[in-house]
Amino acid sequence: MAEPIAPPDAASHAASSPPSSASLSPGATTLLFVTVLVIATSGLVYELLAGTVASYVLGDSVTQFSTTIGTYLFAMGIGSWLSRFVKGDVARRFLEVELAAALVGGGSAPLLFLGFARAEAFEVLLYSLIVVIGTLVGLEIPLLMRILKERLAFEELVSKVLTFDYIGALFGSVLFALLFVPVFGLNRTSLFFGILNAGVAVVGTFALRPLLDRGTVIRTRVIAAGIAALLVVGFVRADELTTWTEQDLYDDPIVFATQSSYQRIVVTRHDARTSLFLNGNLQFSSVDEHRYHEALVHPAMSAAARRERVLILGGGDGLALREVFKHGEVREVTLVDLDPAMTETAARLFADLAQHALEDPRLTLVNDDALVWLDERAEDAAPFDVVIVDFPDPNHFGLGKLYTSRFYRLARRALADDGAMVVQSTSPLFARRSYWCIETTMRQAGLHTAPYHATVPSFGAWGFVLARESRFEPPTELASALDGRLRFLTNDVLPSLFVFPADMQRVEVEPNRLNDQTLVRYYEAETRELER
Amino acid sequence: MSSRREMLRVLLGAPFVSLLACDETPAPRVPDGELLGPDLAFGHRLREPLPREAWNDAPTRRVSVAIVGGGPAGLSAGWRLARRGVRDVELVELEPELGGTSRSGRSELTRYPWGAHYLPLPPASFADLRGLLMEMGAYRSGAPAEEVLVREPEERVFFRGHWYPGLYPFAGASADDLAQLERFERLVETYVGSFTSPFVRCARDHLALDRESAASFLDRHGFTSARLRWLAEYATRDDYGLTLADTSAWAFLFYWASRASDDEDVRDGAPVLTWPEGNGAIVDHLAGVIGDRFRTRALATHVFEDPAGVHVLLLRADGTRERLLADHAILALPRFVAARIAPELALSREGFEYGAWAVANVFLHERPDERGFPPAWDNVLYDSPSLGYVTATHQRGRDLGPSVWTWYLPFTDADADEGRARLFAAEHGDLAEACVRDLRRAHPNVDACIERIDVWRWGHAMVQPRVGFLRGGARFDAPFVHGTIRIAHSDLSGFALFEEAFFHGVRAADDVWNELVGNPRDESAVASPRAESPT
Repeated sequence: MAEPIAPPDAASHAASSPPSSASLSPGATTLLFVTVLVIATSGLVYELLAGTVASYVLGDSVTQFSTTIGTYLFAMGIGSWLSRFVKGDVARRFLEVELAAALVGGGSAPLLFLGFARAEAFEVLLYSLIVVIGTLVGLEIPLLMRILKERLAFEELVSKVLTFDYIGALFGSVLFALLFVPVFGLNRTSLFFGILNAGVAVVGTFALRPLLDRGTVIRTRVIAAGIAALLVVGFVRADELTTWTEQDLYDDPIVFATQSSYQRIVVTRHDARTSLFLNGNLQFSSVDEHRYHEALVHPAMSAAARRERVLILGGGDGLALREVFKHGEVREVTLVDLDPAMTETAARLFADLAQHALEDPRLTLVNDDALVWLDERAEDAAPFDVVIVDFPDPNHFGLGKLYTSRFYRLARRALADDGAMVVQSTSPLFARRSYWCIETTMRQAGLHTAPYHATVPSFGAWGFVLARESRFEPPTELASALDGRLRFLTNDVLPSLFVFPADMQRVEVEPNRLNDQTLVRYYEAETRELER
Repeated sequence: MSSRREMLRVLLGAPFVSLLACDETPAPRVPDGELLGPDLAFGHRLREPLPREAWNDAPTRRVSVAIVGGGPAGLSAGWRLARRGVRDVELVELEPELGGTSRSGRSELTRYPWGAHYLPLPPASFADLRGLLMEMGAYRSGAPAEEVLVREPEERVFFRGHWYPGLYPFAGASADDLAQLERFERLVETYVGSFTSPFVRCARDHLALDRESAASFLDRHGFTSARLRWLAEYATRDDYGLTLADTSAWAFLFYWASRASDDEDVRDGAPVLTWPEGNGAIVDHLAGVIGDRFRTRALATHVFEDPAGVHVLLLRADGTRERLLADHAILALPRFVAARIAPELALSREGFEYGAWAVANVFLHERPDERGFPPAWDNVLYDSPSLGYVTATHQRGRDLGPSVWTWYLPFTDADADEGRARLFAAEHGDLAEACVRDLRRAHPNVDACIERIDVWRWGHAMVQPRVGFLRGGARFDAPFVHGTIRIAHSDLSGFALFEEAFFHGVRAADDVWNELVGNPRDESAVASPRAESPT
């Protein structure tokens, strides 16, 4: 994908400005061919960056790549066409274009990341940037060819420039995929090529010295230094968007990262696989989240006497909510998630995955701490038929409190007498004591429990605890005639979830209390054992 | 700036300020806020009271029982009488609000304490106090309610740039430090049976310990570890507002040994109960039971008995005067006030000294940065003149975002009056800056998180168990009944603890009730009136 080259403008031949390329030394000419290589590489990288960011952020990589690349190539055509209107002082204009490409191209990925977090009309920003960068890149080669045309025969000029241009394209595409994105990440790649563009401008002031007046040389060097400094600062501080080291933690490219007041939210995407991480811990992977969320939601929905009023505590990604809405009787859902940044991220990034559940008019969204919310909820407020508790694993006291007997007593208060509650409860296999600690704590709080588990490849063997106010038998069939309509759960599979193999069976543990958070200690010890 | 620095030196002590003194550069602006405290101008009208004759033509109201003082002791007395069905009671309080040093405040986010902020679970033998906790729902099904037990993590200490769990800084402790800590714990265990709550039920042995200081006691037992001494002094500063050198060794051991007993739920040391508003939750409950049988902004300037009954002469804030004529009165006031308004009782002030405290409530719009162990309820800074801060939002589980921190600074001067003078020389800005400087050690960007700091100056925050406070054991038997006037205050015990205030309030109320219904006086619960021993 090299830049299409506009034919040298014959009309401008005679009319070109007084300093002529004839005065360029052979060394300067070689230097200019090297700049063609660099320009071609960075031009291609900007194009790939735009396409990658667009496909990461907006999903559907085929559409995004084809539209961004199409737009980009078209904008390059605009640039080439515009080059005809550059009359005189071509060398200076070339340097100006380089400087602009350095600034806009170099800053493009960070701008897109920031824009995604803040701007509503992300696509407008994306395509504006693509058009601007494409136009600038489209101007570069025609202008350079005009500078060189006096020095070389037409055949040689076209042959050499195009050769370097296509080699640059090869460099760009290979290095982008194999070196820059894996090592630098998107932001630093973009900033790095911006710095290269600024470097080209500086090199140009030497190679094109005979064609430039002293003022232009100095001004160009100063501006190039300023832009390079800005991009270097961005390069160093790119950590605040996505970090070099942070990217190392994830297998897939980070497409969104933000630090909310409560947690670090990172979304990665690779082809069709979208994953959410909170504070570095995987919350779901789109490949198998259906197993997790079907197993979380439907046993409780099926065990409850009614399914009209549902409470979800945690679950700001909206995926449990999606499963809840598969039950036609649902009239009202209250979802309590601490972090507004989480629900906003989900509404924008996971809308398709969640089948737009977060936009459903039956939903009341509350951003509050679930313990505080339950505590402050009026005691005589209408109870819920189903309570779904879906918090991150209890790896610190702030989360551990959401698994205490106090919490389950408050949750019980919100649960109808004939309702059902479910709690995501870590893995009964690799965090066996933690799992049974949660189950024990729920019984301590006066609930009757039915522990169960499901296999979610991203997590391993995963545990849940179903609970009701009085003694009950686990459900044997899915409510709302869902049998045969889900991807994972069927009536045949449902009873099998409640059977525990020997290595996951109950162990004696102490319950988790606000003033004695045994669970946090169990979980910490078990994850440490696992890492060893 | 130099006068502010001078004031900080006065507040925090020269070594501490020089510790912080890498800051000739102007510090960030001191946060705004209010300077609060008891109404000194009104209270000081006791110093030159109007003569009793000034009430000759004042309106008189008759009540069965008058309670003077609306702190924890007076409220406990009023609660007990209300629970006994005695309705003809009037409680009078100088301040606009009830609660004394257990008062609390409230913001949109949370309630927060202005003083006392926790209660160790009383032993089963202290049935009245357990009964109050049951009534409050804080003790049920034979155990303290989970939501009032301090939520883990309970406490942490900031030591050499990091937060660590617990109060003892284990990081870098030498083998000798640890051996001394263990030996200290074993030594305390040998005293456990002798000390209990309330104070009057302590065994009357070890009285000789009252003649020496806690510092001398530690010296005598070879406790030289700087960390252990720091922890020991943290305890005396925290509970008594005193240094080790000024604390009675008996009182020191009372602190460590009285909170463990053979009760099942107190054996490993009494669990600590707390509420976002601290003991404000308890006094609010007591006041709720008392209902509307109280009046505030009423200064009792004279209390005396004659054949007509007990006269309580009241001055209202608007200058109007009123006479309460009661069959019985309970003087629930600190000794320095009680002795002044009831001179006929000839109450001795010997052994009644009161420490000054500043309490700051720091309103944060977000939590500042920090390093190490995660935030706890009680957050203590090693080697600071302050006691650190408690987090009002901790107990309810609001761990992130806005909060209110309550920061405590005791004035532990050898001469309590000097400490009081230092406190009242300080303005809001001085105390707020002292607070921010202290917090900045552990949270470098705390300034950016602070919305407001309100400061409360407590001139007489708590009675202090200084060396010799037991008066040779006489304090155990100090008279509290003078005719139909009963004295009820924690300072009778020498400890500014809610348990003691409650005990004395309930005891006075029960004595009144026994007389009202014609029961014989409960001699086991009531010390017989006799002259206080001379020193």
